[in-house]
Amino acid sequence: MEKLLAILNELHSDVDFENEQNLIDDGILDSMDIISLITEISDEYDVTITAKDIIPANFNSAEALYELIKRLEDEE
Amino acid sequence: MLFTSYGFLAFAAVFLLLYYTVPKKLQWSLLLAASYIFYFIAGPEFLPYIIATTATVFLSALLIERNAVKQSEFIKEHKEELTKEQKKEYKDKQKRKRLTVFVLCLLANLGILAVVKYADFFVSNINGVVNAFGGEGNLSFISLAVPLGISFYTFQSIGYLTDVYRGTVKAERNIFKFALFVSFFPQLIQGPIGRYGALSETLYSPHKFDTKTVAYGLERVLWGYFKKMVIADRILVAVSTMIKAPAEYNGAYSLLIMLFYTIQLYADFTGGIDITIGLAEAMGIKMSENFIRPYFSKSLKEYWRRWHISMCSWFREYLFYPVSVSKPMQKITKFSKKLLGEKVGKRFPLYISTAIVWFATGIWHGASWNFIVWGMCNWIVLMVSEEFEPLYKKFHEKFPRVGKTFAYKLLCVGRTFALVCALNLFDCYRSIADTGRVFFSLFYAKNWNIFVDGALLEVGLTVTDYVILACGIALMIIVSLLQRKESVRDIISRRPYPARFVIWYGLFLIILLMGAYGIGYDASQFIYNQF
Amino acid sequence: MKTSAKKWIKFCVSAVIVVITLWLLQCLLLPKYVAGTVEGAFIAEYYDEVKDHDVIFVGDCEVYENFSPIVLWRDYGINSYIRGSAEQYVFQSYYILEDTLSYETPDAVIFNIQSLCFPESRNEAYNRMSIEGMKWSSSKVNSIFASMREEERFLDYVFPILRYHSRWEQLKSEDFEYMFKTKKVSHNGYYMRVDVRPAENVPTGKPLADYSFDSRSIKYLDMMRELCAEKGVELILIKAPSLYPYWYEEWDLQIKDYADKNELKYINFLELTEETGINYNTDTYDAGLHMNLAGAEKLSRWLGEYLTTELGLEDRRTEKELAARWEEKTAFYEAEKKYQYELYGMNEKAD
Repeated sequence: MEKLLAILNELHSDVDFENEQNLIDDGILDSMDIISLITEISDEYDVTITAKDIIPANFNSAEALYELIKRLEDEE
Repeated sequence: MLFTSYGFLAFAAVFLLLYYTVPKKLQWSLLLAASYIFYFIAGPEFLPYIIATTATVFLSALLIERNAVKQSEFIKEHKEELTKEQKKEYKDKQKRKRLTVFVLCLLANLGILAVVKYADFFVSNINGVVNAFGGEGNLSFISLAVPLGISFYTFQSIGYLTDVYRGTVKAERNIFKFALFVSFFPQLIQGPIGRYGALSETLYSPHKFDTKTVAYGLERVLWGYFKKMVIADRILVAVSTMIKAPAEYNGAYSLLIMLFYTIQLYADFTGGIDITIGLAEAMGIKMSENFIRPYFSKSLKEYWRRWHISMCSWFREYLFYPVSVSKPMQKITKFSKKLLGEKVGKRFPLYISTAIVWFATGIWHGASWNFIVWGMCNWIVLMVSEEFEPLYKKFHEKFPRVGKTFAYKLLCVGRTFALVCALNLFDCYRSIADTGRVFFSLFYAKNWNIFVDGALLEVGLTVTDYVILACGIALMIIVSLLQRKESVRDIISRRPYPARFVIWYGLFLIILLMGAYGIGYDASQFIYNQF
Repeated sequence: MKTSAKKWIKFCVSAVIVVITLWLLQCLLLPKYVAGTVEGAFIAEYYDEVKDHDVIFVGDCEVYENFSPIVLWRDYGINSYIRGSAEQYVFQSYYILEDTLSYETPDAVIFNIQSLCFPESRNEAYNRMSIEGMKWSSSKVNSIFASMREEERFLDYVFPILRYHSRWEQLKSEDFEYMFKTKKVSHNGYYMRVDVRPAENVPTGKPLADYSFDSRSIKYLDMMRELCAEKGVELILIKAPSLYPYWYEEWDLQIKDYADKNELKYINFLELTEETGINYNTDTYDAGLHMNLAGAEKLSRWLGEYLTTELGLEDRRTEKELAARWEEKTAFYEAEKKYQYELYGMNEKAD
């Protein structure tokens, strides 16, 4: 979780990722951010996020994203 | 059938009456019948195309889903006996099966689209290349008529197929229901590209006649007609006069052309979408918004999140994301990181996938080079501003107040609007050479006096026309400003009935008396008609 | 129960307001044809008449500017009416005739054959002027469908406000004044002009590739002939003495053949200048296209003589009621004449 927050903060230093719950719905992260994020995550965690995982529910908050990563790790 | 034809009005009116008189269980079937009748009227020869797409996508989706269900059942059943490797092997095998069906169906449908819409474009380019090398390129053109709404329903179907493949929606089991999803008549003319997940929630359910819903829907239809007939079709006269003669109308005129065309495009396209969504709303069917006040955007990036949303999100979700996270792209990332260093290397693949998306967006708009160049120009502007982003950030960190001032925001909106106006020129001329010539003539224009010497009255608009346009545009801006806080229809609905009646009937009379229709006006084809 | 009743009342009141205001707007926006282009009013004026005419003219400007029913009455006691409008095409003439014959059965119908050279409508505005004045009937509907050009829609005839919606820009005081009433502008369908413009340098016709009339024109002429035969009305074909548009020898032969074959009378006034006494220096107001009052009266006198002797039409001047009606018409005619002579600064010539 710490690592993930670090990645997120590097992307947008001005956003409070710990508490923000509507990263996608409020347009804080755009499609380019999402792709950058996925590149970073796959480097860091060794998981493959595919297009079908890119839905608002998985990216709206740091928590949701972390859960997605864990779920994918389990599946591996 | 144009939205502004008597035929369409009569069709919609009769349909709505029937829709609320038949038993509610039959409503969706009636809608399907109406959609096919609508398609038949548009051209009986087009029916095989839409039926082929409906059937192939319907069957492929069922096959894919059945396989996925079988897979999870199999794994559940043999949970104990299988090793992890065996499971994975089985899963991969099944996945390949699904992928095969998916890709075959995708190629078949994109193939149809490519042949009817793009074959002649390829032929002319091949001929061009052959000629350039001294040969005699004379492959003959195929010249197929483009079926009504083929781009829209093909993309809509592919979206559905992808969703089923990804497992995000359940496949539709009733082919007639699916056929309705593909052929839903209000959106055949110019979209929006509906998503099965959202549209299916209200498309098939029975709808009771509700005065408020119907009134809201028809109110929106009326507003759409206002934008289209009073503003778009009126300004169209000036636009077509000017773009017909680039040799005569350039220099200072190009400012006028960009502005007029951008207004026309907005009024025509959003007006048409208002008619579509309003009509659906009057049937109790909820469609996703396609525009959120796009000309109020503060950057081009924001503009593309607010303009033609259904198309943009389609490209994002079904092209940009898959391409960006695809294995080859990951390899490129690794490679470019090694080659260009961590920071730049990371961004390189992003450029490639956005370039692919913008190329596709360009060609979606039309089978010609001007649209491709238009798409690439959009791409360049977006990428450049992406690169400048850190610079902006630094500026705002230093002067945190500036970014919050109204003047700064207005400046951003103005800049974005100007950019959109300039980019639209490609769409306007349908020729790269003319676009370039007219655009650059602006920089050495000597004819600035056209704005004062009465030349503006010689492009097909009278003083009355200008007054109507000014008032109409002002009204559009006021409505947009109000919309930021709450729905204008909610505001109206709180008024007493006589006031509402005056607003509705007043708007109707304005369209009736000031609409640019009938003899003396060319019934213009929708700009987004055959995409 | 109560709320639904209220709803219905609301709905009905709204509907009534809509219908009434739209009707008022339509009355306001329709062209009135009381000044300038008065030809648009001719077709409608017929319906105010007492319908017991002896002779009905149908055709284009070559009938309504070239014959004066007043003279036919004053000198021969023939009760006639002209049902013509600007560039009235042969199919429109047929349906106007059909419409007229549903009200009355005259002794003779006189049709000017110039319009046979146009098998299709060439102008939407002329369609409007020929058709809009007709009362609704199957003849009107058929005429609309026979006339409509590609850019026209039937619904625009049913609700003319759709056609004239943008006329609010050009409204004049007369549009308000004549919203609900009309003003007589013709003399039993005759359009009077007293001014003179001699016919000089009339261009001769350019050779045509094909001189035969289109089968569509002939079809409507056939229909006209059959309709008259069925009603027992004598159909007389004429060619008015207009020098332009040019009347080709080849066309004339076809009409002569047609008349001979079908035992119809055909009068070509271009060949009768001596008998009628037409002088192209004094008897036309637009250099040979149309007759002025002097020319029209000369033609009418010749025609009156012809109708009396050839067809044996009776002199009806002894019918008191009819004579009274014509007295009124003659007064209107004389007043107009006086007004125009003053307008053009001319001296009224003695007959």
